[in-house]
Amino acid sequence: MNIRAQIAMVMNLDKCIGCHTCSVTCKNVWTSRKGVEYVWFNNVETKPGIGYPDEWENQERWKGGWKIDKDRLTPKMGNKLGIMKNLFASPTMPTIDDYYEPFTFNYSILHKGSKFKTPPTARPHSILTGKVMEKIEKTPNWEDDLGGEFKNRSKETNFKNVPKDIYGEFENSFIMYLPRICEHCLNPTCVAVCPSGAIYKREEDGIVLIDQDRCRGWRQCVSGCPYKKVYFNWETHKSEKCTFCYPRIEVGESTICSESCVGRIRYIGMILYDADKIKEVAATPDEKDLYEEHLNMFLDPNDPEVIAEAQKQGIHHNVLEAAASSPIYKMAIDWKVAFPLHPEYRTLPMVWYVPPLSPIQSAVNSGTIGMNGILPDVDDMRISHKYLANLFTAGDEKPIKEALKRMLAMRAYMRSKTVDKEINTEVLEGTGLTPEETEKMYHLMAIANYKDRFVIPTSHREEAKNVYQHQSSGGYPDGDSNDTEKFKNLFGGI
Amino acid sequence: MSLLNKLIYFSKEASVSPDKHIVTTDTPRDWERFYRNRWQFDKVVRSTHGVNCTGSCSWKIFVKNGLVTWELQSTDYPETRPDLPNHEPRGCPRGASYSWYLYSANRVKYPMIRGALAKAYRKAKEQHKDPVVAWESIMDDPVKRNEYVSQRGLGGLIRLDWEEAQEIIAAANIYTIKKYGPDRLAGFTPIPAMSMVSYASGTRYLSLLGGTILSFYDFYCDLPPSSPQTWGEQTDVPESADWYNSSFLMLWGSNVPVTRTPDAPFYTQVRYKGTKTINISPDFNEAAKFADLWIKPKQGTDAAVGMAMGHVILKEFYLDKKTPYFENYVKQYSDLPFLVKVEEKNGRFVAGRVVRASDLDAKYATEENADWKPLLYDEKSKELVIPNGTIGSRWDKSKKWNLEMVNVSTGKEISPQLSFANDFDEVKEVAFPYFGGDDYKHEYFNATKHEEIINRKIPVRKSPDGKFLYCTIFDLTIANYGLSLGLPGEAPSPEYTEDALYTPAWQEKITGVPASQIISTARQFAENAEKTEGKSMIIIGCGVNQWFHTDMIYRSAINMLVFCGCVGQSGGGWSHYVGQEKLRPQTGWLPLAFALDWHRPPRHMNATSYFYMHTSQWRYEKVGLSELISPLADKEKWSKMSMIDCNVKSERMGWLPSSPQLNDNPIKLGHQAAEQGKDVKNFITEKLKNNELSIASEDPDDPKNFPRNMFIWRSNLLASSAKGMEYFMKHLLGAQNSVMGDDLKTNGQQLPQEVKWHDKAPEGKLDLLVTLDFRMSTSALHSDIVLPAATWYEKNDLSTTDLHPFIHPFSNAVDPVWESRTDWNIFKGLAKKVSELSPGHLGKERDVVLLPMQHDSPMEISETAYAKDWKEEKDLELKPGKNMSDIIEVIRDYPDTYQRFTSLGPLMEELGNGGKGINWDTKEEVELLKKLNLSSIIGHKTNGRALIETDIHAAEMILTLAPETNGKVAVKAWEALEKITGRKLRHLASKREDEQIRFKDLLHQPRKIITSPIWSGVESHEVSYNAGYTNVHELIPWRTLTGRQSLYQDHPWMIDFGENLVCYKPPIDTKSLKGMIQKLDGKEKYMILNMMTPHNKWTIHSTWSDNLLMLTLGRGGPVAWLSEDDAKKMDLIDNDWVEVYNQNGATVVRLVVSQRIPNGAMIMYHNQERTVNMPVSQITGNRGGVHNSVSRLCLKPTHMIGGYAQLSYGLNYYGTIGANRDEFVIIRKLNKVEWMDQPIEEN
Repeated sequence: MNIRAQIAMVMNLDKCIGCHTCSVTCKNVWTSRKGVEYVWFNNVETKPGIGYPDEWENQERWKGGWKIDKDRLTPKMGNKLGIMKNLFASPTMPTIDDYYEPFTFNYSILHKGSKFKTPPTARPHSILTGKVMEKIEKTPNWEDDLGGEFKNRSKETNFKNVPKDIYGEFENSFIMYLPRICEHCLNPTCVAVCPSGAIYKREEDGIVLIDQDRCRGWRQCVSGCPYKKVYFNWETHKSEKCTFCYPRIEVGESTICSESCVGRIRYIGMILYDADKIKEVAATPDEKDLYEEHLNMFLDPNDPEVIAEAQKQGIHHNVLEAAASSPIYKMAIDWKVAFPLHPEYRTLPMVWYVPPLSPIQSAVNSGTIGMNGILPDVDDMRISHKYLANLFTAGDEKPIKEALKRMLAMRAYMRSKTVDKEINTEVLEGTGLTPEETEKMYHLMAIANYKDRFVIPTSHREEAKNVYQHQSSGGYPDGDSNDTEKFKNLFGGI
Repeated sequence: MSLLNKLIYFSKEASVSPDKHIVTTDTPRDWERFYRNRWQFDKVVRSTHGVNCTGSCSWKIFVKNGLVTWELQSTDYPETRPDLPNHEPRGCPRGASYSWYLYSANRVKYPMIRGALAKAYRKAKEQHKDPVVAWESIMDDPVKRNEYVSQRGLGGLIRLDWEEAQEIIAAANIYTIKKYGPDRLAGFTPIPAMSMVSYASGTRYLSLLGGTILSFYDFYCDLPPSSPQTWGEQTDVPESADWYNSSFLMLWGSNVPVTRTPDAPFYTQVRYKGTKTINISPDFNEAAKFADLWIKPKQGTDAAVGMAMGHVILKEFYLDKKTPYFENYVKQYSDLPFLVKVEEKNGRFVAGRVVRASDLDAKYATEENADWKPLLYDEKSKELVIPNGTIGSRWDKSKKWNLEMVNVSTGKEISPQLSFANDFDEVKEVAFPYFGGDDYKHEYFNATKHEEIINRKIPVRKSPDGKFLYCTIFDLTIANYGLSLGLPGEAPSPEYTEDALYTPAWQEKITGVPASQIISTARQFAENAEKTEGKSMIIIGCGVNQWFHTDMIYRSAINMLVFCGCVGQSGGGWSHYVGQEKLRPQTGWLPLAFALDWHRPPRHMNATSYFYMHTSQWRYEKVGLSELISPLADKEKWSKMSMIDCNVKSERMGWLPSSPQLNDNPIKLGHQAAEQGKDVKNFITEKLKNNELSIASEDPDDPKNFPRNMFIWRSNLLASSAKGMEYFMKHLLGAQNSVMGDDLKTNGQQLPQEVKWHDKAPEGKLDLLVTLDFRMSTSALHSDIVLPAATWYEKNDLSTTDLHPFIHPFSNAVDPVWESRTDWNIFKGLAKKVSELSPGHLGKERDVVLLPMQHDSPMEISETAYAKDWKEEKDLELKPGKNMSDIIEVIRDYPDTYQRFTSLGPLMEELGNGGKGINWDTKEEVELLKKLNLSSIIGHKTNGRALIETDIHAAEMILTLAPETNGKVAVKAWEALEKITGRKLRHLASKREDEQIRFKDLLHQPRKIITSPIWSGVESHEVSYNAGYTNVHELIPWRTLTGRQSLYQDHPWMIDFGENLVCYKPPIDTKSLKGMIQKLDGKEKYMILNMMTPHNKWTIHSTWSDNLLMLTLGRGGPVAWLSEDDAKKMDLIDNDWVEVYNQNGATVVRLVVSQRIPNGAMIMYHNQERTVNMPVSQITGNRGGVHNSVSRLCLKPTHMIGGYAQLSYGLNYYGTIGANRDEFVIIRKLNKVEWMDQPIEEN
């Protein structure tokens, strides 16, 4: 057993209001500079929709993630030799048109002393060419709130085996927002395919980073990442991606996207896992088993044996304490209401999602009496379970249905407690939830206090540097560099 | 490790995992400082965004290397309660991208002036040394004036220095005051709560000068007139945390995730507590995502939904069974047990006035205010009694203004009788109007086959003297909802499936909503309220408020809440969120804002009527009163009148204010009165009665009645707020415009009676338009002078909102950049300039101010109850303050303007402070303020008065004087209310008596405000803030006629317009399409669609619509949403350019085609500036407009009522509203996309 700690995130899509505050705060801090204008380390997509960049989920087209090739786990884009051959002309590299052409406006026209025949207006200009753009045809969020014809938006992959036409009707519309950042995978393809060895996973917290000194701009990571969450900076000619805000995480603060999440959907916590299982799990033959196998890699942070072994392997006490009260562990493992995004990509992603409940009754079912005679049942849901399963469980509907049932049971239980003033435990039957667990789940998901959403241990920087010296010299030009970081890096997928 | 790997990985390999999948290395990671350095910063300050969004979120502003680099939400709000979620991290993407503005290319960096004006002024200065004379010389020369006026909006702004900018503005103001009168100056700035000090800066300046302060809340159509009608309160609502106490939440025309973004979690999270959520919206909006049921009525028909739900609730919870909680509630807290006269009119019995003590001469001959003391029938004493708490008791000093269930005369306990169904003298057939039938049919909305007059049986009793018949409001209500009381010979209530008024099946015909949804929702709503004693809540918003007949929609919803005992109960009630109206420390702010410390009263004007007049929209009115009045009213009388006539009459009777006030310079009049040794009141009344003088509105097109100078700040009046924008452009500004309709005379329509008609309408009424802004908005672009304002990260100010109980600050992260200045400093600078330039032109002057009859003052029980206009009734004695506005002399001292601006005047000590009908001594606070604001500096010209020199001084003044932020004042205020109510109330604030919140405290953490009688909720650890809470739990009356929640409106105009009781009215036909289809070439495809303009996801009104980040997440410029079906019909696809137009104007947008939009409607989220990505309209050849380019104001006479209890004027409280949802437009493909962006002349 090789115990590692991973900082992980859960986003409760059921609470996501699609406000994009996460995207904006992230962009302001990290990608508002030249070369990365088109880059959104964090973006929010409206589903159904093809997303940003175009059809990122279509791995037939982009070849991101891993495949099982003759029982071997291989990057979908090919083995290293193949990658080297394609270094200069990758067929799976998205172009700027697959994202959008970043623009600005000639606002100065409004401030000029010049006179016009009709009141002036600022027109869009390409940030890339400086030329006027006759018409803006694309933005990173074109489909927001179901913008655009259904026939175009529904070209996405999650309608596989779903009779989709009815979802294009006004009556049966559904919206689901999907905020996305780098998945900080346990088995990242980007790391595996980097010809320069510039991408690594930090041993102490599992954050995946691209070393900006070592990156040579080959962009294989852009292709390799099935989530299309690695971007090429056209100014520096290096790749960049979400850093899980490590400068904040290291001091025990949440990521900017989480800190600013108005919907309070984001949770951050530590997860302990057995790194020896990575390859075996990622190579699980049937993709429908990937979710369950991924769960099996996680270690119980309250198990004395795990704790003892982790301590032996050098994991810090504060990390273990954080892991023991990890909101991620509760939602993903204890209550099984959170799921990985597209486990079939085999990267073992570590940003998980609670599927949306949104049980809007369709017109046909309106007026039906559900739970407590007032709340709807799971079968009244607008969103197809299959659609959700295609997103989170490689098509297996059972775990999704069970999760939604648990959430609805929580609603019914709490209504009986607060309105009827008589606790109804019958509504929990068949969900595996006890009243105590239900109330804990309610507290974490509904009350969702700051300290419960973010349980983040501070890093042990004292072990990375000569801290006595660094305490005084940090920030000075040489103060940062005359002493090298002693933390370890994990490379993957040889 | 393979050779290949060694070649590409220049690292030291530490170990390899057993399965060879993972290599561990210790390659140095020093590069990680790359991102760490970015995150490091130099300073963090607390500020917020001063924008009318209701969020009022506290933010951390980060400064790095001397620049504001980014912002992130604060998470340190005081905590709620263990069983409630907390507020962090309030915010939204708009707020998060605000820092873009500071250094963007659209920042206004320097004072700017229209080039032609600069040229004219500088030339004039060469001839005239005195700036006022120089300005006069331009005004006197129509050619010179026209040279710059005609250039408005067409670019051509150049830099000038501050000194010159201030000089021109001050000179123009002085000239205007001298020549036309101070009320010809006007200022438009909205929503003080969003930045109180900045608002106050300009209004203090204008109030010292005597200028007009325009309202906004009514003009924006954010005001729900149903709130003053029902509760006598502008708007008071639960904080968003109280949503979490609800177990049945209905969102009705309110898109919480988009428009209440920071509060949305209380909605999304309470579902986990088991709360049922319903969303009523014609489109599949963002809020629908979270609803258990999405009800989608045809837009604008919501009152039918409300009526049918009311029908179900009354039937099942009042008639089929008794619900003790509901009955007890309505008996004590609503006017349902009060009595109404049943009168014969034109051979029919109809419901009339509420029965008052004065109707029983014998019994109440000596009763004070007997005309204002309504009666009910007491089951215990079996007689008609006056209960405690009516408005008559409010003003008679009897200390009986409370909701104790006792007889006001005897003090004995009473039990109001709700119904006479089993206890009547007679049963009468009473006529009710019906507006949903073919007679009022609108082409695009469904009507039902019912007559316009409906007869229903009502149990009535005879008055003791036998002179009149009366019934209860409850019985009328039951009949009005189409239900049967089971009277002899009366048919039973209809089945829900019957097409009878107002059944669920009836509404289905109008709204398209399945009856089953109405039945289950209404039933569950009431059941939940019964079980929880009122925890059913309706969150309602602009989606339904901005229709012409909003009153009917809102009242249908409010009635449901009152029937079910939800108002005033935590977790229940009416949650109207449209506009950030809750200025929590209001009474501390009022003296600052309106210079009440120096002069009283200020000049307040309702903006809707003002702009209807001064932008000449009345000249294009196509909606006649005969289309609106009740079939039971005198059609002939009303059809002779027009809307502007009603407004003029209303002004004359002192119901609404007027501006300018009189058709002569009030300073001149003041001096004339003094010269003749006459009392100003008598002098003016005489002149009015003799027709030597009139109110200015009788001839708005006369140049002496034009508004002359206008200031716009904290606002984008012209693009964002200007309903009928093109009329503003044409008549007020004289700028390029796209008005395409003809005026009344050209159309051969009836001309108004009360207003003088000029065949040629004036264009370009304003001499000077000044805008203060940090960005080049449409308003700034059209102004003559643009002053660079500080951003929200560059100034100190205060913010509060309805949605949370905190007060918190703006503070400057950096001082204003480039040459920008704070609003406070800009107006302070102007005050100084006015002081400097006044001598020789203006000194101490006698100004005559008209004050309409104010709500919450004894004027609200006026002598105009029967709508008698003194100009018509020749023998009616003219009584200022009784049947017309009061006339008050105000002495101004123009050279002293600066001193007055910057110090606290003597009236606070002399007259005290107060609000909402109560008054308290505030000398102690003035003394404290002197200490806080360093007035003791020896030799300072303020003579020991407290200084108000800086924005922080101004903030301290607000905080010190207001009960909400000064515990001592709170206790004093409650004690003042104790004197009127005769009830113990002090305890509501006494626990916090010693608390004084100062500006610096707020910099450390937002603070919860202190419970005050200015509001109807309490701040405590036991309950969340909920409106009406102290009415229900402390028995403080509502400020209405009966002192209860008023479901019946008995004013004669209300009765004539058929709104004494709630009913369904279809949208009005604005007739804006007449002649427009003919302008098409006959071959092109087009559609006629209802245009809806809800709030935008990427902007707050027009702010952020030019922000690059928001433009990137949106679609990079103006768009409108259309259904897939409608798009297909016109062969349009997503992102096609289309033109949208009607008689009022035209705009151009790109389409967002979406399945979530219903057929027959176009949604153009407001407000998208035309300063960004807006092509030329093909039909007009001009730059396309904004959503307001296709709208036009249309006034509703019932909103002009005044001097009548809760229906009395107050700024932003009651008045005409700027409805805009009833408008239809033509939409067609824009075949040619033209820009016309090449200058015709460089400057």
